[in-house]
Amino acid sequence: MKSFQELIGRKSLRKKLTVLTVACLLTLLFSLGSVVWAKSGDPSGAATIAAEADLAIDYVWVLISGFLVMFMQAGFALVEAGFCRAKNVVNLISKNLIDFSLGALVFFAFGYALLVGPDSGGLIGLGQPFLVGSSYDVGEYLNFFWMMVFAATAATIVSGAVAERIKFKAYLIYTVFVTGLIYPLYGHWVWGGGWLANLPFGGGHLDFAGSGVVHAVGGFVGLAGAVVLGPRFGKFRKGKPQAIPGHSMTLAALGVFILWFGWFGFNPGSTFSAHELRIAVIAVNTTLAAAAGALSILLLAKWKTGSWDLGLGLNGVLGGLVAVTAPCAWVEGWAALLIGAIGGGIVYGGMSMLEDWGVDDPVGAVSVHGFNGLWGLVAVGLFADGTYGGVTGLFFGGGFGQLVSQLIGALTVFCWSFGTGYLMFKAIDILIDVRVSPQVEVEGLDLWEHGGEAYPEMVRKGGI
Amino acid sequence: MKKIEAIIREEKLEDVTDSLTALGYPGVTISRVKGHGKQKGVTEQFRGRKYRIDFLTKLKLEIVAEEERVEDIVETIVSQAKTGEVGDGKIFVSPVEEATRIRTFERGSKAL
Repeated sequence: MKSFQELIGRKSLRKKLTVLTVACLLTLLFSLGSVVWAKSGDPSGAATIAAEADLAIDYVWVLISGFLVMFMQAGFALVEAGFCRAKNVVNLISKNLIDFSLGALVFFAFGYALLVGPDSGGLIGLGQPFLVGSSYDVGEYLNFFWMMVFAATAATIVSGAVAERIKFKAYLIYTVFVTGLIYPLYGHWVWGGGWLANLPFGGGHLDFAGSGVVHAVGGFVGLAGAVVLGPRFGKFRKGKPQAIPGHSMTLAALGVFILWFGWFGFNPGSTFSAHELRIAVIAVNTTLAAAAGALSILLLAKWKTGSWDLGLGLNGVLGGLVAVTAPCAWVEGWAALLIGAIGGGIVYGGMSMLEDWGVDDPVGAVSVHGFNGLWGLVAVGLFADGTYGGVTGLFFGGGFGQLVSQLIGALTVFCWSFGTGYLMFKAIDILIDVRVSPQVEVEGLDLWEHGGEAYPEMVRKGGI
Repeated sequence: MKKIEAIIREEKLEDVTDSLTALGYPGVTISRVKGHGKQKGVTEQFRGRKYRIDFLTKLKLEIVAEEERVEDIVETIVSQAKTGEVGDGKIFVSPVEEATRIRTFERGSKAL
């Protein structure tokens, strides 16, 4: 007779047990969700449109915007691939594929329920998992689709900060945590009627399209990942930061243009209604901030380094976009321009600061999404002009109320995402070693983790 | 027999081979090589951070010819590959002991 220890020591059996455990957990969750099987939703949509025919245009608006946000995944994949080395491209694209695919499923299973469900104590939403029962409803599905593409955006931001050295298995675990817990809980506090939304200062903490909820969460979980992983080999020589050039500026630039385009869904779509004609102002503000971000960092780079640095210019576009994401609905064009221009400067300063601290963020995700996410939140409290939704900041006679709410939110999103992110990556490190072995890192993750490379002829054969 | 090894700028290849063809020469082998002379590479920049490229890409032409042809060939290469700027390259000439044509087993200068 074999002992139990010997039995579970066998690899195939251990695999089967893991699959069985996951299946059991899923079934359990599903049955918990089905307990309250109240069929009060409107799965066909007939009743919804009969009650209000006008809703059709809003549904189309939200869905098309959501499709654009989903397309931002392509942008992230290209930016990250372009800014990193050819030997890790398959790994980077795989991470982008899996954080959307697995992330969407986890968010469907319970992430969404935690974000939008009925509020409990200001901390957590307790909704219907798996979109069953009363959630089997066109309005609910619309809301889910919108929230899901946003959750996946937050998840994919981290990929860049931990690039070229994280184990793929560790990234799978991370994806489950961020889309199932870290993102939904913070999202609930701001967008689900949680405690931040109900702060007694100004109009409560406000984050129109997610400078904080999406970008700062992604940025600071990414920072935690970069800190736990440590810098890539060769990033610091005798303590001095080195450039590790990416393999394709073309791909990076294409990715940034796709992201910019996708942002026209991200920001204007966040009105969640085509009847809010403010969408025109939001679209213009989004563009102005991106353009100003690009220009300010390009001039800064020319002044500081003597070159028109395209890589920085691309990061500047994204910095401007992230910064204007929270205030885009509440500010005038000139303010959006200013917010974006400052955003470009923040990207430049943030990247040098992180390198001075010995943190290696291969694509600049922390400066673009983290630091500018915070700046976007603060900007609401400064520049909101009171013309839309009654939101007024310090510079327009709104006093310090809104600014205080924004500062509390900014501090919270930093502590929450960096804190939970750090604990999660540490736990993963203890369980399975979060970082690949030195040999894998030097030879490239593609060959060792994925069994093949993006450009076999270019990398292996050395061009001969 | 002598071997002429010429390290030249990539963009000068066509000018050099065109003139060599007009001159008439036995044949050439070309390879892409990396290295540096006194110039010691260049500095580039990636997202605000400067880095050194210590070795630049050049082309190496190898021509084996009879001794009396060498001076003409070297002069032709110099006249075509020269820009006057640092990084134009170098030419080395060295003796060759033996040559063999694989197809016919001809030896010496007949094999060129």
